[in-house]
Amino acid sequence: MDKDGAVYSVELENVTKIFDESTVAMKNVSLKVKKGEFFSILGPSGCGKTTTLRIIGGFETPNEGTVRIDGRRVNNLPPNRRPVNMVFQNYALFPHLSVFENIAFPLRLKKMTESEIREKVEYMVELVKLKGQERKFPRQLSGGQKQRVALARALVNEPRVLLLDEPLSSLDAKLRQYMLMELDRIHDEVGITFIYVTHDQAEAMSVSDEIAVMNNGVIEQVGTPPEIYESPANTFVAGFIGETNFFVGKVVDVSSEYLKVETRFGILTCYKDKEAKIGDTVEFMIRPEKVYVTKNYPPQNMNFLRGKVDQLIYLGSHTKYYIMVENTLIRSIKQHTRYWMDESTISWDDEVYVWWNPDDSYLIKVTGG
Amino acid sequence: MKRHDIYTLPILIWLSLFFTIPLSITVIMSFMSSTPYGGVTLPFTVGNYVEIMKGRILAILWRTIWISALSTLITLGLSLPVSFFMATSKWKNLLLMATIIPFWTNFIIRIFAWIFLLGNNGMLNNILIQLGIVKNPITFLYNSWAVVVVIVYTYLPYMILPIYSAMEKFDFSMIDAAMDLGATKIRAIFKVMFPSIKGGITAGILFVFIPALGSYAIPELVGGRDSVMLGNLIAWEITTARNWPYATALSNILFVSTALALFLYLKIQGSDGK
Repeated sequence: MDKDGAVYSVELENVTKIFDESTVAMKNVSLKVKKGEFFSILGPSGCGKTTTLRIIGGFETPNEGTVRIDGRRVNNLPPNRRPVNMVFQNYALFPHLSVFENIAFPLRLKKMTESEIREKVEYMVELVKLKGQERKFPRQLSGGQKQRVALARALVNEPRVLLLDEPLSSLDAKLRQYMLMELDRIHDEVGITFIYVTHDQAEAMSVSDEIAVMNNGVIEQVGTPPEIYESPANTFVAGFIGETNFFVGKVVDVSSEYLKVETRFGILTCYKDKEAKIGDTVEFMIRPEKVYVTKNYPPQNMNFLRGKVDQLIYLGSHTKYYIMVENTLIRSIKQHTRYWMDESTISWDDEVYVWWNPDDSYLIKVTGG
Repeated sequence: MKRHDIYTLPILIWLSLFFTIPLSITVIMSFMSSTPYGGVTLPFTVGNYVEIMKGRILAILWRTIWISALSTLITLGLSLPVSFFMATSKWKNLLLMATIIPFWTNFIIRIFAWIFLLGNNGMLNNILIQLGIVKNPITFLYNSWAVVVVIVYTYLPYMILPIYSAMEKFDFSMIDAAMDLGATKIRAIFKVMFPSIKGGITAGILFVFIPALGSYAIPELVGGRDSVMLGNLIAWEITTARNWPYATALSNILFVSTALALFLYLKIQGSDGK
């Protein structure tokens, strides 16, 4: 909590945004973003994440609901009067202005003196590591440099919240990884709230304090990266974040910690993350990195299936196995911790055991039967 | 002849036939004298230019310039909001079509349409009399203002099209960005959009101002005695006075001053950029 008493930097309360009868971009969205957080909004394209960002920025007005920034209702404030700044997906740099003038743009609007402007712009140029590029024009810059200019321009006004709309989507994979680390560093240095919109789960996972997963205009889950990955709120979140194996079945036995579930693969045991009774239909999942593939008979008390290696993809640090069991592919990832010749003997078409510890599964959904 | 010259041959022939040769003829003719029956004759003389420099036509030249400049300014003022609306509209292509459709009707017929609209017995006067706003018809036509109105009407699409095409390419998220950084919408448009569509505005100004300088039919049909423009004077010298050398000298003056204005304008446009 700081001097104005608000805990949350940005709050959305039951915000609904309808573009026309057919397009509902946001349905009753509520969000609370804590001060200083690196908060991501993650979802497939068209899920309403950019609209959410534009509503916070003031470029769209909600049809219903309240938007608060630092505890103050801002529904009717235009973008130029909100203490937030935005980094646009295509950077939106002004092509007729140099790097220096692009960054100085908001300061000149405020009619600051030349020496103040120089000082602030120089600090920003230093922060985003653009020293020596000040006189260049946007068309002379690489994608990563444009990104840095856009970032500096959005930060120079000292906003309370920085909004980032898929800022890395037009960079190549290596540069994206590097810029992501840069973003994280800049976030630590300026200490303000970052709200980051992306469709890339790896990006969101690697830098966020919290992630909101959005789909079809609805927030499916808000949580820390491990919460979202390990205990997804529903099938959509489980499927969207990383790869996973789903199982559906009827509960046939309940103990204090485990459920026995009758699935199309036979009876499997899963950890009782939620209350369930005999006869309920349940859905649970097991992440591929927790699934083992061996030729030997698995240890005791493990869930196991028998199948045939359908596909294996060697990726250096790990190998992905796709095992065909009863016409369904079960995914497994093996992390290589030894020199490869000493390790793997499994190959295409091998008959194998696929097994996992029931403790590692997660019960997503229980439907009363 | 180098090999690649062959490819430029057609355009070379085209330019000589339809540009260089006619222009040379007018230049040569302007230094000759006229015969009583409208022919041209030697010896070469600078008399036609001396006659022009004596200044009798200065009033006409001045009028030609201000009518053209004012018309250009008005078309620009109208085109900016119209193009903005078109470029941001859902029905871009429909609006573009609507801008071009008037071209399908003959130019002269469109001028006559204005005579029917604004004439003493025209629609506007009839309405005003019917409504009892005026007793006697107002003379809208046959003055320089009528000429300006019809020039603006005629050349408006030539201004709209280049500005629209520049705006259509403009990345409107830059306006969002400018507003996000503290600018009002109006300031965002002036500080970010205008510099980006400068090329379109320049083209539009040239497309309107230059043909307006050479106006002939419009002042002839809707102008009065005191709205004669240079084009009318040239036509009169050719047809009625049958003084071709004098007429060609006038048209050369028009040509050179237009070229000079164009050159200066592009020079100024070029230098304030980077």
